[in-house]
Amino acid sequence: MPELPSNGQAAGWPSRFSRLRAQRRHLWRRFALFLAVVGPGVITSNVDNDAGGITTYSVSGAHYGYALLWSLIPMTIALYVSEEMCARMGVVTGKGLSDLIREEFGFRTTFFLMVIGFLVDLGNVTAEFAGVAASMQIFGVDKYIAVPIAALVVWILVLRGNYRQVEAIFLIACTFYLSYGFSALLAHPKWTETLRAVVVPHFSFQTDYLLTLTALIGTTIAPWQFFYLQAGFVEKKVGPKQYAQARLDVLLGSISCMLIVFFIIVCCGATLFKSGHTNIADAAEAAQALEPLAGKWAKTLFAFGLLNASLFAASILPLSTAHVVCEGLGFEAGLDHKFREAPAFYWLYTALVVIGALIILIPGAPLLKILVLSQVGNGVWLPVVLIFMILLSNRTDLMGDKKNGPIFNTVAWVSSVIMIVLTVVLLYEAIVNPSSIGM
Amino acid sequence: MLHATELLGADVNDAQGNFVGRVRELFIVPADHPGRVSRILLGRGRYQPLVARYDQVAAAEPGKLSLTVGEQALEPFQPNEAWLAVGKDLLDQQIIDVNGRKVVRVNDVNFDDRRTNGNVELRVSQVDAGVQGAARRLLHGLLSPAAIRRLQQRLPSTLLPWDFVNLIEPDRLRRVKLRIGSDKLNLIHPAELADIVEELSPNERNSIIESLDEQTAANTLAELDDRLQPEVVDTLGREKVGDILEEMDPDEAADLLAELPPETSKELLEELPRDDAQEVRRLLQYEERSAGGMMTTEFVIVGEDAERDEVVGWIRGLDLNADQLDTILLINKQAVLAGAVTIGRLLMSDSGVQLATLRMDPLVFISPDAKDKEVFEMFDKYNLRTLAVVDANQRPLGVITVDDVIKHLLEKK
Repeated sequence: MPELPSNGQAAGWPSRFSRLRAQRRHLWRRFALFLAVVGPGVITSNVDNDAGGITTYSVSGAHYGYALLWSLIPMTIALYVSEEMCARMGVVTGKGLSDLIREEFGFRTTFFLMVIGFLVDLGNVTAEFAGVAASMQIFGVDKYIAVPIAALVVWILVLRGNYRQVEAIFLIACTFYLSYGFSALLAHPKWTETLRAVVVPHFSFQTDYLLTLTALIGTTIAPWQFFYLQAGFVEKKVGPKQYAQARLDVLLGSISCMLIVFFIIVCCGATLFKSGHTNIADAAEAAQALEPLAGKWAKTLFAFGLLNASLFAASILPLSTAHVVCEGLGFEAGLDHKFREAPAFYWLYTALVVIGALIILIPGAPLLKILVLSQVGNGVWLPVVLIFMILLSNRTDLMGDKKNGPIFNTVAWVSSVIMIVLTVVLLYEAIVNPSSIGM
Repeated sequence: MLHATELLGADVNDAQGNFVGRVRELFIVPADHPGRVSRILLGRGRYQPLVARYDQVAAAEPGKLSLTVGEQALEPFQPNEAWLAVGKDLLDQQIIDVNGRKVVRVNDVNFDDRRTNGNVELRVSQVDAGVQGAARRLLHGLLSPAAIRRLQQRLPSTLLPWDFVNLIEPDRLRRVKLRIGSDKLNLIHPAELADIVEELSPNERNSIIESLDEQTAANTLAELDDRLQPEVVDTLGREKVGDILEEMDPDEAADLLAELPPETSKELLEELPRDDAQEVRRLLQYEERSAGGMMTTEFVIVGEDAERDEVVGWIRGLDLNADQLDTILLINKQAVLAGAVTIGRLLMSDSGVQLATLRMDPLVFISPDAKDKEVFEMFDKYNLRTLAVVDANQRPLGVITVDDVIKHLLEKK
């Protein structure tokens, strides 16, 4: 026998074969790791201030000055309450919103929800590319150059990107939203006046005013963000123990989102509204009009903010939508699968980016109408999603003792009902008097 | 063949041809039979729902079911946890495809109808996770069953045999009641199993890991995403985790314990047998990204003057995983590392040869405090599969194997 060493732990050589398992740190999961640092709530709310949102905020600031600022506080509450429901569902059930809808409401309901969701999101993606086109025009770049490059960048960034680079880019993108804060500073508003406008409600029953208010709510609380937010917490593997942190994250997100809205409205209100330039049609025009009033820097920052927001949302929206649709319908999804394994996922993703960009490239494409239409789509779609969310988060068998309380339900139902009423008004106007909503 | 979509909601007539109600649910009673529809729940609007037994079904076709008995022979419905509901527990839920090693969502359930003495028994044949089932769910009620069947012939099918699916039931007690075994799961490679449970919700994940045998659970837990390990350990209970830890390699156990809160890992260490615990403690001292953090303490070591046949005979007597054995370390009389011999060299050598003559040149080893980068470079430079880690007196502490190197390289990227 060979001599055993004195410290001889000679025996076992157990099964460690599994160590060679491929570490499939695909982008979506690594994306979740990224979210673990910043938080899905903050990211979601930031992405939510996209091209359509910024347009609406600028237009309402220019048209009504500070008269709509009072709606920010109730909107923050509605945004927080609705986002918190999703965060809570994600944390407690460990499942995405489309998964839950599928499991609780069956195939057919899910199918229709996913088809509508896809179309509405396609409208949103198109709107993001419209934002790219509009902002690049301010910098003197033609849309036929800017949009294909943007689509390609988005496509490559997500499908071929090294995660560290993507993370760095998104993190920087988040801080770029501060450019609106600087724009607002350069506009030299009377801050006491703006704060008073936030606290003191001002209401008018003019059709235009109501429409702007509806659009404001519709863009701030976008339906797709709920799917994205819940998936964020699920992918991040946040358990019930970290619920308090998740809630804080959502609260921070809601407040920071509203701060950006506040700055944009103040910026436009202090300059365009005060000087009588109330007839701007979109964010790009707002940026142009800012130049003589607040200087070149205010214009550049404003346009840059729009470009940043559009690209940011255009990177996340198609990916999120393809994921949600595939998960709901039971197709393989995720960037760790090869094209052959998850064809539905890749086709949906590519279709969203390509169609979205192509629509903008049609000569004479009505960019503004596309923006408005996508907002109308969101507005119609939102109450539907909200109702499903409320129904699900009231289920004891899913949520246990974390189901909605009476205060939550009240706020959630009131928001939904207000949204439904405003949407009906908006739709009625769109049909009876299309020019009133910019068409 | 019949589909759950066609049967749920079907009209039910009794032996006399009178309408009794509509099929609201199909129940499999795993305690009686693993795949037979043993009970059928008949909804009757505002009247009390009734239950038909499998031997009371005379005929079944899409949208229509007839019974061998009259309405008065049917029992009233009592909910039963031990019954598997095709509509509620299967349709639209996720299941594990054991053959494909992945989680899929159920679009429809297919049944064989077997004619036995005067009645028809429905047995689950396959689970439909593809577009055929999806199309059926979508179009059912809008087109006739025959038209749907014609249409679906043109669609690709994704059918999983009933014997090769595993249900994901988050409730552990119900899992037992439904007799959901883990024998099929134990056949899946632990790395693939880890991928599967990572996709599930926390409750589902914990309930599945708990149902595995200890060896599989240990390997699966070792492969699991670091962020999920603490939570799984938390819910499994100390005793089970202790058993699982005993099944793990010391280095895997150390990796796992390093992820846990210090108190938990201290408690768990105290429950391990003393030798194991000591080894794991020693491994825990090293930086994760050092040679010591990458090594395992289980390796084969023999004296340098041993002869080839002796060694082969001795190794055969050891209980070890042959697939993992590729290098033997040699030591001299002072227990100092004296060389390394690959199994290939051993295989090619003559029987009486001394192991010392087979050793590779040069003698390479590394200190446990060396950085991971040095380890990678050494593997690359010398084309190693195994590298000895030695203490200050050049006595072997452990080995780093090439699989650990690849794992760390990927993590770094």
